[in-house]
Amino acid sequence: MSILTMEHISKSFDSLEVLRDISLNVNEGEVVSIIGPSGSGKSTLLRCATLLEKVDTGTIRYMDDLYAVQTRGASKAVYAPPKMLRKIKSCFGLVFQQFNLFPHHTVLKNVMEAPILVQKRSKEEVRLEAMEILRKMGLEDKADAYPWQLSGGQQQRVGIARALALKPEIIFFDEPTSALDPELTGEVLKVIRQLADEHMTMVIVTHEMPFARAVSDRVIFMDGGVVVEEGTPEEVFDNPQAERTRQFLRNYQQ
Amino acid sequence: MSVSVMIQELFKAFGNTVLIFVLTLAGSLPLGLIVYFGRKSRIGIIRGIVKVYISIMRGTPLMLQLMMVFYGPSLLLPVLFPGMKITLPRNWRFVAVIVAFVINYAAYFCEIFRAGIESIPQGQYEAADVLGFTKSQTFFRIILPQMIKRVIPPVTNEVITLVKDTSLSSAIGMVEMFTKAKQIAVAPRSPGMLTFVAAAIFYYVFNYTVAFVMERIEKKLNYYR
Repeated sequence: MSILTMEHISKSFDSLEVLRDISLNVNEGEVVSIIGPSGSGKSTLLRCATLLEKVDTGTIRYMDDLYAVQTRGASKAVYAPPKMLRKIKSCFGLVFQQFNLFPHHTVLKNVMEAPILVQKRSKEEVRLEAMEILRKMGLEDKADAYPWQLSGGQQQRVGIARALALKPEIIFFDEPTSALDPELTGEVLKVIRQLADEHMTMVIVTHEMPFARAVSDRVIFMDGGVVVEEGTPEEVFDNPQAERTRQFLRNYQQ
Repeated sequence: MSVSVMIQELFKAFGNTVLIFVLTLAGSLPLGLIVYFGRKSRIGIIRGIVKVYISIMRGTPLMLQLMMVFYGPSLLLPVLFPGMKITLPRNWRFVAVIVAFVINYAAYFCEIFRAGIESIPQGQYEAADVLGFTKSQTFFRIILPQMIKRVIPPVTNEVITLVKDTSLSSAIGMVEMFTKAKQIAVAPRSPGMLTFVAAAIFYYVFNYTVAFVMERIEKKLNYYR
């Protein structure tokens, strides 16, 4: 089953074209990494997929038949009504580069709030599940801590736990380790890898090339708002076809 | 008049000072938030009206606003509706003081709240949005609590100013502590200057308490950053 389908997405900020007729399909259980230079549009693509940014034209649908936005012909994109969009938002989770935890809530409340408030699930059930997720993230002893008391790596793992608590079909990671010291990067990558092993469907925008290679089923190289190259990690990293990909990867290996 | 009688008289009038203070805060803090919503309204006319209102409230003396609220009905209504008989409520003086103070302070609080809300990182809204929170859930559970923490210092400033501003109501003959002190000080055989000193001490102790309470609140909210 296809979890996310984006077709012919275009997006401009004023006169700057950030995405040019991009399409992306993610199947259940698939781990897709998006790499590319700054300004290539990879973060914008993720923000469009998570409905934080509105596309100009194109179609986005989740679970084959939940349409978030549709465009027919040359007309402007039409978004679904708010109720539908909220339903769609419960299909995905997003992990931010800057964590964006709620600073006035404890770790546990950060994780529990959305399932209780949005999914209207029972507090006790959510608490048990949240504790289970925190245990998996190695944070069970931090349940009552506030975000400022945690290291960046711990905060980001809370961010992942918060996304997992809604039981999403797919999780997006927007450069999840870019705000972290190299020392703390490893612990976050480890939990993402763990999720990959459990066949969580994921789309990861990252600059960590060895990680992308190790964890992904498919790697997408973006530049200038288009997909330049796409394939298995071996295809993209070991045998890139486009000159632009080779140039980009060369800069990374130095 | 003996000093102890003077102090008793001032203390009685001090009740009105505290009452003006409490009612003004109780009215202007929530109204300030409502005014903020108006200032951020999607409807341009509402935004425009609110901006003009804030501009007038901040741009003219509170004492003048007090007079316009108090004398306004008896000066304006006969012109607008000639021949109509005007009866203002018996406690109109007090009502006018509260109305004038509330609408004036709400304008200031609105701007303080606005600064507080706008200082909250966009990422908080985005996180709430992705988690599926509605707009009102986002505002009341994520934004408002963080805003309150951020605005405590400027709100404390306003609250301290308000304690002293209550004395302005003397301008329309409201009998609170300041008016009382004036009356006593100029009366024959009064403690004279001592009356003003006593009034000053009352204000100072009141403000000291206010500052102490606000500091406690600030400390209480220090559990997060």
